[in-house]
Amino acid sequence: MKVEINRARCKECGLCIHNCPKKCISKSTELNDAGYYPVQIDDEACIGCGICYTVCPDGVFHVLG
Amino acid sequence: MAATRERKVPALVDKPMDFCPGCGHGIVSRLIMEALEELDQLDNIIFPIGVGCSSNLGAGLECDRLHCCHGRAGAVATGMKRVSPDTLVVSYQGDGDAYNIGIAETFNAAYRNENITVIVINNTNFGMTGGQMSLTTMEGQKTSTSIYGRDCSVTGYPIRFPEIVAREFPGAAYAARGTVTNPANINKLKGYIKNALQAQLNHEGYSIVEVLSPCPINWGLTPVKAMERIEKELIPYYPIGEFKKRGEEQK
Amino acid sequence: MAEMMKGNEAIAEAAVRAGARFYAGYPITPSSEIMEYLSWRMAEVGGSFVQAESELAGINMVIGASACGVRALTASSGPGISLKQEGISTLCDEGLPAVVITQVRYGNGLGTLFTAQCDYNRETRGGGQGDYRCIVLCPSSVQEFVDLMLPAYELSEKYRIVVVMMGEGTLGQMMEPVTLPDFVETKRTPWALTGKYDYKKIGIFERDSRKEAVELREKYAAIKENEQRWFDEGVEDADYVFVAYGVPGRATLGAIRELRAEGEKVGLIRPITAWPFPEKAFAKINPACKGVITVEENATGQLVDDAALYIKKTHKDRNIPAYALTYVYNTPPIRSIKADYHRIKNGEVKEVY
Repeated sequence: MKVEINRARCKECGLCIHNCPKKCISKSTELNDAGYYPVQIDDEACIGCGICYTVCPDGVFHVLG
Repeated sequence: MAATRERKVPALVDKPMDFCPGCGHGIVSRLIMEALEELDQLDNIIFPIGVGCSSNLGAGLECDRLHCCHGRAGAVATGMKRVSPDTLVVSYQGDGDAYNIGIAETFNAAYRNENITVIVINNTNFGMTGGQMSLTTMEGQKTSTSIYGRDCSVTGYPIRFPEIVAREFPGAAYAARGTVTNPANINKLKGYIKNALQAQLNHEGYSIVEVLSPCPINWGLTPVKAMERIEKELIPYYPIGEFKKRGEEQK
Repeated sequence: MAEMMKGNEAIAEAAVRAGARFYAGYPITPSSEIMEYLSWRMAEVGGSFVQAESELAGINMVIGASACGVRALTASSGPGISLKQEGISTLCDEGLPAVVITQVRYGNGLGTLFTAQCDYNRETRGGGQGDYRCIVLCPSSVQEFVDLMLPAYELSEKYRIVVVMMGEGTLGQMMEPVTLPDFVETKRTPWALTGKYDYKKIGIFERDSRKEAVELREKYAAIKENEQRWFDEGVEDADYVFVAYGVPGRATLGAIRELRAEGEKVGLIRPITAWPFPEKAFAKINPACKGVITVEENATGQLVDDAALYIKKTHKDRNIPAYALTYVYNTPPIRSIKADYHRIKNGEVKEVY
């Protein structure tokens, strides 16, 4: 895993999905407590570039480095 | 891409906040904290916070902060900085707070060249109260108080405050406008914020960074479409870039 | 040794000696000399002075300085203090101490430049939005004003409340012999914002107004119990007790002493705290008292409301009438107060309550 996801923070805005260069982020199918479908990352495709971290307004991502 | 580096939200701002999905506030507040972290100033910062969506930052920050009356952050910041000249004072305000109700305080803090940093989140409306027209609303933009679109012949034209600072206040240290529309612009914006903070640390004088920021809910757009609107409609009127740099003579 | 000083300048110097190290304000007659004096004096003592763009900005700069733990001051009058109310309410809400001087001038709206007491209700009832009070001190001489500056800061920090020094135009403008107090050592308040977040202030969305209400009631009860200040003379056996504060309080003291010498059983309560109102002084009033008489520099009678309330509270079994002598503006002369007293005694003046 290259990027950790804080599911509780995600508000489903989709900016990470839109900006991900590898298109490896998608919405999951299980709601979080706030009522959003938080994003999930395809670890195989992820290159850990950190763009999701950069564009996320809600601190969902932790790039492990 | 080779080895990745760790990237983590600084602890001071690592809390859930009540901003709407796709709102730019969350990005900007994180950038400010990253800049403070890189300047090693996380234990030397006071935020006078404006009224409006910017108020949400009051709950999200684990550091010294004070909620100011609507529009008065420029004056509160002045009082703070005058008695604590070695502590960073960064006002965090929206366009309605800084430019509508607070234009006197914002203008005069810049005019006096207070050694403070002003961050203005410009989302071209009063977000918190339901998207009313503000001084930065674009011509023709529909808001809840300009339902047929802003008619600048009776409301005046959208204000470009950082340009005023750069042009009219010779002593001011730094004026820039950035945006959060894509990773490149976000990285650029962080550089602007860092430059502004560095100017204050150097006691160079007043610094302001305005941020073109999306308000998807009040604009009636998805977060991605809201970012597109900024690039297509806002940036042509509100250019991004540094209008006055640290240590430079007036242009 | 006492030296002749202009009121506003003596007051400004006393503020510096009481530890004030920040001033922000806007010029307005009859308080401007305070800021003129501090414009150069603050720099001499290592303090800060800002000539603000407005009264609003001035009080908000005071908020900033107070939040950082520095003794802060602003001064104004009539309409200027109205503009400051937003900030005064905010200071009280945030529990930030500050001293606000008002050299009251007469009139509604823009008003006039005459010395007056027309803002009693505003100062004693909070004045701005919300549910708060300020401690209101109302000195009657330049010396008393000077002597109250340090207690003003101490009270404002003890209770984390705004202290309003309710003067009058006269107190700012006249010259009197003054002995200035010594300098106190300055230090920042323990709850100051330092940039290090060592005082864990909670955010506005985490506050609990119901819990705070309990604390607020306790705080105000403690202030009422402990901080009443007044001067009284001859109230225990008085047929009529005058109630007057500030410079009219001094004139009234002259009047009651002359009336006493002429055989009239009159007394005086001169509040030094207008809030908390000196209820304890009223408890001393002769149970057989025939009336309380306020002497006021306003048109409609404001102090009389409090005088009537508290005489009712302390003399529950009797219905003691409350009269108001309202001289609109300018300090009433002793002879006017004496003449009007006789009109009251002769039944020519209707009681207010």
